[in-house]
Amino acid sequence: MSSVVALDRLIDARRVWRGQVVSSPSGANFSTGHHFLDAALPGGGWPKAALSEVLTAAPGIGEMRLLWPTLASLTVSGERVVLISPPHLPYPQAWSDAGVDLRQLSIIQADGRDALWAAEQCLRSGSCGAVLSWLRQADDRSLRRLQVAAATGQTLAFAYRPQAEATNPSPAALRLVLDSQPAQLRVIKCRGGLPPARPLALAWH
Amino acid sequence: MLWACILLPQLAMDGVQRHRANPDEPLVLLNGSPQRRVLQAVNPAARALGLKPGQSLTAAQALTRGFATAEYDCAAIERWQQFLAAWAYGFSAQVSLHYPRCLLLEVQSSLGLFGPWPRFEARLRAELSALAFQHRIAVAPNPAAARVLVNVGDGLMASDGQALMQMLAPLPVDRLGLSPAATTAFNRMGLRQLRQLLALPRDSLAKRFPAEVLRHLDTLSGQRPLALDFFVPADVFDTRIELNFEVESHQALLFPLRRLTADLAAYLACRDSGVQRFTLHLEHRAGADTQIPVGLLSAERDPGMLFELTRGRLEHQQLPAPVLAVRLEARELPVFTPQHQQLFDERPQQNQPWEQLRERLRARLGDDALHGLGARADHRPERAWINDSTSPLLLPCGPRPGWLLSEPQPLREASLRILSGPERIESGWWDGEDVRRDYYVVQTRAGQRGWAYRPVGSDGPLLLHGWFA
Repeated sequence: MSSVVALDRLIDARRVWRGQVVSSPSGANFSTGHHFLDAALPGGGWPKAALSEVLTAAPGIGEMRLLWPTLASLTVSGERVVLISPPHLPYPQAWSDAGVDLRQLSIIQADGRDALWAAEQCLRSGSCGAVLSWLRQADDRSLRRLQVAAATGQTLAFAYRPQAEATNPSPAALRLVLDSQPAQLRVIKCRGGLPPARPLALAWH
Repeated sequence: MLWACILLPQLAMDGVQRHRANPDEPLVLLNGSPQRRVLQAVNPAARALGLKPGQSLTAAQALTRGFATAEYDCAAIERWQQFLAAWAYGFSAQVSLHYPRCLLLEVQSSLGLFGPWPRFEARLRAELSALAFQHRIAVAPNPAAARVLVNVGDGLMASDGQALMQMLAPLPVDRLGLSPAATTAFNRMGLRQLRQLLALPRDSLAKRFPAEVLRHLDTLSGQRPLALDFFVPADVFDTRIELNFEVESHQALLFPLRRLTADLAAYLACRDSGVQRFTLHLEHRAGADTQIPVGLLSAERDPGMLFELTRGRLEHQQLPAPVLAVRLEARELPVFTPQHQQLFDERPQQNQPWEQLRERLRARLGDDALHGLGARADHRPERAWINDSTSPLLLPCGPRPGWLLSEPQPLREASLRILSGPERIESGWWDGEDVRRDYYVVQTRAGQRGWAYRPVGSDGPLLLHGWFA
């Protein structure tokens, strides 16, 4: 052993992790804007340069409220946010009320393979702050491509998928399940730590 | 002033060869009447087969059959000269095509920008090699002397009049660019070097030879200025590449396309402008050309990007018939404003700026696939948004959902819970799309929060118009 590496550094870099929930968020990650979620996630926020999945049962249960604070802070600091084939029209009034700067928002209408291609291009280019995609049919391989593209372009990637996909394995760094009845958030996978055992109550209601 | 002369010894051959995929294939250029075709120029591979310029085509075919032929086209040579002059215009404001197959450019005033001459010269050579043109370069204080030096050797440089005369003095008379009659006369008189000519008394030279001899000698030594017509760049870019065979696949069109876009970029750089809209014409044997318009959101001139974009458009195009020639035409050349870039980039891997990415996406997905989002000052939800990121002008209003359904759907659920409302939206009587609705925030049994309305005066089911996501 020629060099001595401090244990904190290893833990901070998440090369070594302890089998218990990290109590103090180290702040290395991008804050979600929700305190209850930041406290539960290793690193205290969205994993940077990685893919996060949000699995939702139905529309209208807070799937955008989960992300709006993130998008707001990104767009206000001048970063571009791209929505790829969103399921409905974003209502400008609501998005603007949530603090999102609409001038930094771009929407791409594409389907199938084109949507995947567009998502990958946006992530890989590194010119976007966050890329949100609603993929109709995404298999393990395409998700892995997105994950690699997000790492290449150092971009936050979010994929919205139906809740039925929760049982299938996925290469995403973080997987969240949004339940509507009761309204709660479950972390089923997070890289660099054990997922919290109990569901998180949604604190924005 | 310092003048650089760039001699293009194989201009015709280079011009033909740069459209061919394989430069090592033997190639000859033919000239002359159809009865007696003569080899005008040969490339090194053809020379190795024993072919020589001046040979007749029948003699060449008696030697070997393994060579390709092309027409020696004077119009094409003129086009290439113009193209290269346009390229050189990027380095100097004074470019002249005074001598055939030669570029003259004034370099003294460009040295401040392009560095000392060795570095400048290396750059010129690198760019000419990238454009695939053989060249020789020489520099002298006056254009005529530069032309003579480039005849003698490559890379010669005379920085002032004295050095120039030292270099010129030992040159043989037949290399000076004098008329053949005068050259022969000098040789027969035993005057073989310029030094001997200059030693002669001027008045006897003037008496015994035509006036242009003395005039030429004075021009060489810089005592008499040479009037030059300077190059003025063209206002539009219009270049055509004729293909050697009928092309039916997109793949085979990419090679000429790459050349065309690189030429366009070179042209734009020397005009210091960008291109926003250009047209690619695919010419067929019969019928009208296929036209592929390429439009960009802002003026650009990066060769790689122009190629990628045109390629994206081309691959979407169905070819109705085999293609014989490709032509690229750009008429609108707006001013190019480079983007501002941060000195310290927050994301080091940012390898493609948003503008480029946007064009790339548009090229593949279509012009309408990518849009922004803006608000409009209208209370009707279906008219409150616009596909364009304008500066937001928002009316104060009640709660609005994150998602708006493009078509309202009837909500047939027994256990709807009304959370708030009604909020009446009544507007649009002036444009015929009158709307009178009472909006409610509702919650379904599954916990979804929606935004639903009922037209005023009806008692049908609530119509769902949005989701509070």
